Amino acid sequence: MRPLTPKRIGLICLALGAALFAVVVISLRVGAFPISTSDVVMTLVRKAIGHDGDIPFEFSNVIFDIRLPRIALGILVGAALSVSGASFQALLRNPLADPYVLGVSSGSALGAILSLAWLPLLPWTMPAFAFVGALGTIAAVYFLGRRGGQLDSTTLLLAGIISASFLSAVILFLMTMLSGHDLRGMAFWLMGDLTSPAPPGLDVKLWYGFLFVVLLIGAGAIYTTSSDLNLILTGEEEAHHLGVNVARVKLVVYVGASLLTGLAVSVSGAIGYVGLLVPHVIRMMFGSDHRLLIPASAIGGAIAVVFADTLARTIVAPTELPVGAMTAAIGAPVFIYLLRRRLA
Amino acid sequence: MNTQGTATPNSDAGTRAGWMEHPVRLLVEQATYAYAASGREAPEFMLGPITFSARQREMVAVLGANASGKSTLLRMLGGEFKPLSGRVELDGTPPEQLELRERARRIALVQQESNLLFPLHVWEYVLQGRYPYGKRLRFEGHDDCLLAENALKQVGAAVLRDRRMDQLSGGERQRVILARALAQQPALLLLDEPTQHLDIGGKVELMRRLRRLAEENRYTVVVVTHELNLAAEFFDSIVLMQRGKCPAAGKPADVYRREVLEEVFDTELEVELGPHGRPRVLLSGGADMEISAGRPESKKGN
Repeated sequence: MRPLTPKRIGLICLALGAALFAVVVISLRVGAFPISTSDVVMTLVRKAIGHDGDIPFEFSNVIFDIRLPRIALGILVGAALSVSGASFQALLRNPLADPYVLGVSSGSALGAILSLAWLPLLPWTMPAFAFVGALGTIAAVYFLGRRGGQLDSTTLLLAGIISASFLSAVILFLMTMLSGHDLRGMAFWLMGDLTSPAPPGLDVKLWYGFLFVVLLIGAGAIYTTSSDLNLILTGEEEAHHLGVNVARVKLVVYVGASLLTGLAVSVSGAIGYVGLLVPHVIRMMFGSDHRLLIPASAIGGAIAVVFADTLARTIVAPTELPVGAMTAAIGAPVFIYLLRRRLA
Repeated sequence: MNTQGTATPNSDAGTRAGWMEHPVRLLVEQATYAYAASGREAPEFMLGPITFSARQREMVAVLGANASGKSTLLRMLGGEFKPLSGRVELDGTPPEQLELRERARRIALVQQESNLLFPLHVWEYVLQGRYPYGKRLRFEGHDDCLLAENALKQVGAAVLRDRRMDQLSGGERQRVILARALAQQPALLLLDEPTQHLDIGGKVELMRRLRRLAEENRYTVVVVTHELNLAAEFFDSIVLMQRGKCPAAGKPADVYRREVLEEVFDTELEVELGPHGRPRVLLSGGADMEISAGRPESKKGN
């Protein structure tokens, strides 16, 4: 018997953090302007100790203005999607649930596009609309997914998939109507894309700070329910009899996960498979205790998205793929493999 | 036989010998409950009035045909429903008024099946029983582990500790689920058809184990079951249920009367007295009896 301790969580997160750092360094190296590992590390160290003046201009430009913002966005999006995927899977008691499959990403994208159409000049409205879109979609899918008062996992998934395709139709309609906007950019964004800069007229650091604070709030709120989620995995009624306030946990997790999905979608569009696969891989490695699963998934998701984006911008260089295409291309086969193995 | 160990169908519990040492722990008095398919309709199902009581170390079996309201009664005892009228009290407090975690520290409900989404280790599962003790986001300490270990020992499942839940047989699973309930350290242990997937050896073993646990841990145990003979052999009192009503409650020897059982189960039965004064139920008639016309729709008419 080895009950989970905060120390063990810390150690595993530290190890995953080291892996993330390695992926970040690789991602900083490769691209149209290759930089050697020692130069990358040297530049980072110089920046960290405040010797900015010693950094050659081209390194500073490529690393801090081009690659690092994109990596930071990848970390943010990966962590947000994985945490919301892990919590949707527990709460809906469905191993195939994730923001993308449930249509929550599409709802969020619709919200984001509506905010672009109506209030394009207010940068803060896009995440807010994306959040509202996510929350509305999960509520709709939850009610459509019930049969005879019970949540039915097949009906739920179908409700999610149908909602996603309906919402995509609405999005395409809106995009056609809003012909003034850059259509190719929009299509890219819908596939999941990390190139979107900070909204015009806004300080980049302030914007990223805001995004990470929202991430911490959403993931932190979900983390407070992680003991409850462990019990809900064995059934809502059983959890209730063990003293879990299931209604409260549901509210916290639905709102938290919608917030995270809205955050991810509003900066990167709909990136699929991350929220689905990363929690499964983490479970296989470290077990399904949410007190560990949630932070480990956050870091694991960051690794996955940064890695996928690095591939997306290098394998067909100088052209770039949307990162969503990359995660789907890697994720779908891995998912089928996991599915077959579970069923075997 | 044991004057202390009897549940009383009427509220004369206070006059019995040994009242001071063993006050009534679970009191159900004229309790009723009703539910309808939707809020507007007239109640589809009426439960009660039911009256019985039990002290610590006593075991109560709830018997009855399918859909007779046994599980509803069990949930009412577990505090999930407030009785419509009458009262249900655990140590003087109505269970539905207890705060959720407080309730989970006093009442453990063992469900028929526990289906897991992702595989857990046995010890992780049993440690879940410690959830109601401590803060919302908690990490189990040394004491919790000792208690979980002890719970596994008490159900004879210590060797299963490091196995995974999905690798257990039906009987092993049953014991582990019981161990989680023991880890809650409840006063009242409720079991909903625990014998369902067990063979006869497993059933007898479970009953002996419950008897011993009730004795050692001073539980009051209420079990919903279909096992007439095991109930008569191992339980202190019987609550008989028929279409939501309670036609009889009390000591097995008093409740097991042929006419009553035949009526409740809609089958020809014979009752004889066993060696310890415990009744036994036998089938009579055999295979050539006609199938009773009333059986399939026994819920109709009240």
